[in-house]
Amino acid sequence: MRWRRSRRSRLGGEADRATFRTLHTAGLAAPALREGLTTASATRAARHLRALLGVPALALTDDRAVLAWDGSDDHHREHAARLAQQAVASGRTTVAGPGDLDCRRTGCAVRHAIVAPIVVDDRIVGTLQAYADHSSGALVRATDEVTRWMAGQLELAELSGSRTRLAEAELRALRAQISPHFVYNSLTTIASFVRTDPDRARDLLLDFADFTRYSFRRHGDYTTLADELKSVERYLLLEQARFGDRLQVTLRIAPEVLPVVVPYLCIQPLVENAVKHGLARSDGVGRISIVAHDAGQSCVLEVEDNGAGEDPDRVRRALAGDTDQDSVGLGNVDQRLRTTFGDDHGLVVETAPGAGTKVTVRVPKFAPGVSAG
Amino acid sequence: MNAAAGIVAVVLVSVATLAIGTWGLRFSRTTSDFYVASRTVRPGLNASAIGGEYLSAASFLGVAGLVLVYGADMLWYPVGWTAGYLVLLVLVAAPLRRSGAYTLPDFAEARTGSRRVRGLCSLMVVAIGWLYLLPQFQGAGVTLAATTGAPLWAGPVVVAAVVLVNVGSGGMRSITFVQAFQYWLKLTALLLPAAVLLVVWMQDGHPSATPAEQSAWDLPIAGDGAIGLYTTWSLIIATFLGTMGLPHVVVRFYTNPDGRAARRTTLFVLALLGLFYLLPPVYAALGRVYAGGLADSGHGDTLVLELPGLMLSGVGADLLTGLVTAGAFAAFLSTSSGLSIAVAGVLSQDVTGRFVRGSGSPVTAFRLGVALAVLVPAVAAVGAPEVPVAKVVGLAFAVAASTFAPLLLLGIWWRGLTAAGAVAGLVVGGLGSAVSTAWTLAERHPTGWVDALLAEPAAWSVPLACLVMVGVSRATRDTVPPHVRRFLVRLHTPEAVELDRG
Repeated sequence: MRWRRSRRSRLGGEADRATFRTLHTAGLAAPALREGLTTASATRAARHLRALLGVPALALTDDRAVLAWDGSDDHHREHAARLAQQAVASGRTTVAGPGDLDCRRTGCAVRHAIVAPIVVDDRIVGTLQAYADHSSGALVRATDEVTRWMAGQLELAELSGSRTRLAEAELRALRAQISPHFVYNSLTTIASFVRTDPDRARDLLLDFADFTRYSFRRHGDYTTLADELKSVERYLLLEQARFGDRLQVTLRIAPEVLPVVVPYLCIQPLVENAVKHGLARSDGVGRISIVAHDAGQSCVLEVEDNGAGEDPDRVRRALAGDTDQDSVGLGNVDQRLRTTFGDDHGLVVETAPGAGTKVTVRVPKFAPGVSAG
Repeated sequence: MNAAAGIVAVVLVSVATLAIGTWGLRFSRTTSDFYVASRTVRPGLNASAIGGEYLSAASFLGVAGLVLVYGADMLWYPVGWTAGYLVLLVLVAAPLRRSGAYTLPDFAEARTGSRRVRGLCSLMVVAIGWLYLLPQFQGAGVTLAATTGAPLWAGPVVVAAVVLVNVGSGGMRSITFVQAFQYWLKLTALLLPAAVLLVVWMQDGHPSATPAEQSAWDLPIAGDGAIGLYTTWSLIIATFLGTMGLPHVVVRFYTNPDGRAARRTTLFVLALLGLFYLLPPVYAALGRVYAGGLADSGHGDTLVLELPGLMLSGVGADLLTGLVTAGAFAAFLSTSSGLSIAVAGVLSQDVTGRFVRGSGSPVTAFRLGVALAVLVPAVAAVGAPEVPVAKVVGLAFAVAASTFAPLLLLGIWWRGLTAAGAVAGLVVGGLGSAVSTAWTLAERHPTGWVDALLAEPAAWSVPLACLVMVGVSRATRDTVPPHVRRFLVRLHTPEAVELDRG
């Protein structure tokens, strides 16, 4: 007896357990709904939603057509689309009786349908339809509550969708971010060589063309380290042509890591920052070194400058996504590296005022689903 | 024999390896003379590097010894070890490169989309790595004992120590140039003495062994009947298919920029290995004439080391012995380093990485992985009985052929492979070949079919693993990963073709 009592007190009473069950079932339906309302997600969610309401059949629709049907009495499926359109038109929860559900089949457990619209951001995106042999106030209330909970999940889905769109927009902005100053300065530099050193001018112009082509590339989120570094190299050639001895660059790249796949434009912003810092030095000679070396299962990239350095707090804010900072690219690169390879693979920035800056990235040689091309 | 020559050679090779590992090859250049495109690893260089890691104690010492003791059948070992690259070239090299996988577990995960298959493959990599490391350490023991008279445990200790220090401190990572150099060092260390010894043999009036012995020796499959035939076929299957499942070979293919370069690299490897494997039979044939005692004692592994001393005397003998000893040690060190890195990589990712967290954890986890990877087979080598080096390597090939070969071949060429099928096939093939390995290493030697089937398991374990993989995949055909069609298109389409691979 004691054992039973202690067990009951630990697991709670009947009401508690009913709550747990309900929350658990709702939790099972949540991941599917977080993906938005599609045929695939609706099919996966419908089973759990039907268990939640305890009805023989349940339908999920968008604003005009059926997405999923779960339960017995499949012949009522044909009514679902019409009921959905009616509910969308009225905007309220409606109860359809035997008159609306034309059914002469014996043994059919469905006499009534409760149709509740799902409202996300003041817009009806679909309906939840519970089919049962009778309709009670309790069932209508339950259906309403479930619909409201679903709406919450679908709003979350839209939120994560818009977060993805935001990241894509940032990448687009980054692509278009070749600064007007850079274009202007490069062209002026090239112009200054046209008479004195036409061959060099031609080479630089080709470098400029290749650089812009890579930076304006439209397709693909990933590229190889070789391609990314080629673009960086062209950028540095153009900057060196402009600044001459004021910009000294060392590249030490292990050939073994060139095929590693990285997010598109993930080194370029780091190098641009390094150039900017290096040139901001008081004596005016900026030294930049870019190192890539092999570390077994991963590859380590380091971009270092001897520039003025920065306050670590400012860098922390930039990495956290504070766009007021001047190093716009840093936060974006960090975020894309983390979403691609996981939280262990973000940027590591070592800096202090007057001590230069060193940015390190550790990229795995293989990550599932990540491929260039 | 003069022990000093051997000691000098071993010390020189060890110190050189440590020095290269410590200071590395630091090429610093400025942008003015630097182009990334010009730095991609050329197929020829990459092929030399593969040869450098691949030619192990088994190739350097083992083959000559086996041929000396058991006769011409044993030539199938070098033939198979070379022809394995032909299978790799035709069926695996380019698709594997295009899959983007760095290790075999990576490929398994990318193809089946299952972490479970990945875990199982990691286990296989560790097992094959250990089994392959064991004969390297044993070979080192035999070499040191033969050239300096040191006890048998000294060799494993020296090699394990050098590899531990070197790999653990971050040296000897896949530095292509160093490994490529190793191939040419090994080739020279075998080619030069062979040439000198051949000249000596000519001057002696090219004597030959007694004709009666000779005829049995140079006939393949002489007198063993059906068992001999089975053993030969099994050996051919194991070596032809095992190469693609060797962890330290596969990672080198990642260095190729694309699938086409992977194929070209493999072609170069075929040529380089073909050249190298011409030499061990020369030693075996000369050994037949000059080292009859070794053949009768059954311990052929020291033939390459002792032959110069038996055929020459004085400084010439010491120099040549030193050279082959240096080559042999280079073989142990390069192969052991490559294998330890591959095994430690897997261990640090899936085992030790879970216990070590915080900043600097990847390095600590890798070091722990190296320690595990080296110490387990080193201890085993000291304790294990003396089995011919090439035989144990042959077993490692059999395990690789029974597990990774079916996974790679079916994964690349058949849409229907499922995660459940892969797991079942890997387990069946792995267990079958592992039981055989344990049996052979335990050195119970009843004659007859049981021993033949267990000593050379590949002929039954490879088809069995394939059948199980296909059967279980058919039974679970609903679970074929949804991305397979797209994945296979990516694997089989040349990079130059415009195509949405996303």
